Amino acid sequence: MVELLNLPPEIPSTQNTKVGASKFCPGCGHGIILKSLAYVIDELGLQERSVFGCDIGCSLLSWNFMNIDTVQTHHGRTTPVIYGVTRANPGTVGIAYMGDGGGLAIGSQHLVNASVRSENMLILLCNNTNYGMTGGQMSPTTMPGQITETTPYGRDCETTGKPAKGAEMVASIVDPTKSFVARSSVSNVRKLRATLKKAITNVANGGFSFVEVLSICPLNWRTNNKDTFARLAKMEEFFEVKDFVVPEGLN
Amino acid sequence: MVKKLIEKDTKMFLTGNEVIAYAANAAQAEFMYGYPITPQNEIMHTWCKLLPKTEAGFLQTEDEISAGFSTIGGILAGKRAFTATAGPGNVIMQDAMSMAEMMRIPFVCAVMQRGGPSTATVIYAQQETNLTCFGGNGEGFRIVYSTAGHQDLYDYVIKAFNTAWKYRFPTFILADGYQGKMREPVMMYDPATRGIVMEPTPAELRAVGKIGVDRDANHLRNTFNLEEELMEHLEGYQKDFDAMSKEVAEYEEYKAEDAEILIIAHGIVARSAKTAIDALREKGIKVGLFRPITIRPLAVEPLRNAVKRSKQILFTESANGQLARMVLEKLYGLTTPYSTLYKMGVGVTGDDLIYKVEEMINSSQVVA
Repeated sequence: MVELLNLPPEIPSTQNTKVGASKFCPGCGHGIILKSLAYVIDELGLQERSVFGCDIGCSLLSWNFMNIDTVQTHHGRTTPVIYGVTRANPGTVGIAYMGDGGGLAIGSQHLVNASVRSENMLILLCNNTNYGMTGGQMSPTTMPGQITETTPYGRDCETTGKPAKGAEMVASIVDPTKSFVARSSVSNVRKLRATLKKAITNVANGGFSFVEVLSICPLNWRTNNKDTFARLAKMEEFFEVKDFVVPEGLN
Repeated sequence: MVKKLIEKDTKMFLTGNEVIAYAANAAQAEFMYGYPITPQNEIMHTWCKLLPKTEAGFLQTEDEISAGFSTIGGILAGKRAFTATAGPGNVIMQDAMSMAEMMRIPFVCAVMQRGGPSTATVIYAQQETNLTCFGGNGEGFRIVYSTAGHQDLYDYVIKAFNTAWKYRFPTFILADGYQGKMREPVMMYDPATRGIVMEPTPAELRAVGKIGVDRDANHLRNTFNLEEELMEHLEGYQKDFDAMSKEVAEYEEYKAEDAEILIIAHGIVARSAKTAIDALREKGIKVGLFRPITIRPLAVEPLRNAVKRSKQILFTESANGQLARMVLEKLYGLTTPYSTLYKMGVGVTGDDLIYKVEEMINSSQVVA
């Protein structure tokens, strides 16, 4: 006789269980990133100190994903809302969650200035190399030759410029004594969680963290499982996955 | 808790921008987020100079977009936070103001108008009237106080904080660079000595209570899935706005009771109108003033009554009829003839108005 295990799914307490199924498309990387973040907040016991802000685009679908106080903002404007919170209420672990468009295009002035000032917050940027919510247009991080709705013949870097490398840019302008800057990937969840743990720990200690996570968008990429992760592997060749800046004392 | 600078009634001779900073402190404002643009800079200069004494907070942001949105962050964190801007800064801050409107965030902003459109001139105009009342992709669920001098600035900055937090609509002080930069005497006081109790400013992010034990997590959003869901929300807002309007709408009348010619003006132009009215009254001409103090919402019934009593009205503005358009909508059904004196981005003097009123009297269009 087969004994059925009747166990509830393992869900971090920082994840909101009341919303039911995730609102993201099947195969999307956002859920992996957010669940990893929720586990890290659980592990560090920071649920009561944390505030989550989400941008426009697919990231806005996370507006009730987390079981912590959350504000959904405008496109590109999550960074200033969250440093507005942490400036006003020091000790808050402020997290600004956005896509590659929100961070590196429409909100890039905030990313640059928050990095230069090394604001006490985490900017968590999901890079899936396109604008998902609006139907798959070219974003600042679209790969050379990548087909999108606005580069139907492949991204031509001669006319559109080269893909933006967010983590490298941020690493070059932050105050290295109090900043943690890394690029991670949804291909290795254990490593992603370790990276997020360092990022959140640094913020809880008063520092600035920026984590760009290479992610997947099978719907707009029009890829099956195998091709999705093959493309992610190519992205990892183009966008270096590593810790760029680690302040002294942060392990 | 910030430290109050003014405890006893203190008469000072200050610029309007300085008055705004002192008034914000008197209202126990805790944080200012701002970006430089003329003619409002001295608000933040004064605020910063006073920081060691007030123990308040300040952040100079990278632009007005971030000033607006970080102000929202400060408010959601439970602080009595505010900002100030002008002209093109007011244009790009509409992004944040529109979010405040949708999310019923008690956003307080001093708008010191300068010329427009575009960069235009840097000191004076009344051309941000429409933008401040109706900017953004919404319905204008906003409260706008138009001040006419330094005592107004002090009184209404304090009032704006309480109006914003009580009714939870974005609330504006609409002034101009003339008010911001000229000096006048002003009586400064601790609001508590006038029986004014400041509204509490509870945090919505890291609110009181343990999540999952005392309360659910707050999930604040400005996006909706269904058109009907949006409409339901906005109809509720309209109902609240209408109820609030009865309590908040303010106006001033000056020699309007028996006026045959009623000047309708707001802000500093209303002061020129008073000068003209006194001079014209000496000549036996019955002129009066109706000055909306809240230009949004308007005090509709007093406005209609004043217009009904008069034989003719004169709209005058340092803009091309931005207030007049809002007022005329509320005068629907009345047939009182009107004239206009609009000087786009230029001050209106008492002499301008005396000349205009005499011209109206001598014109054949005047109702006998």
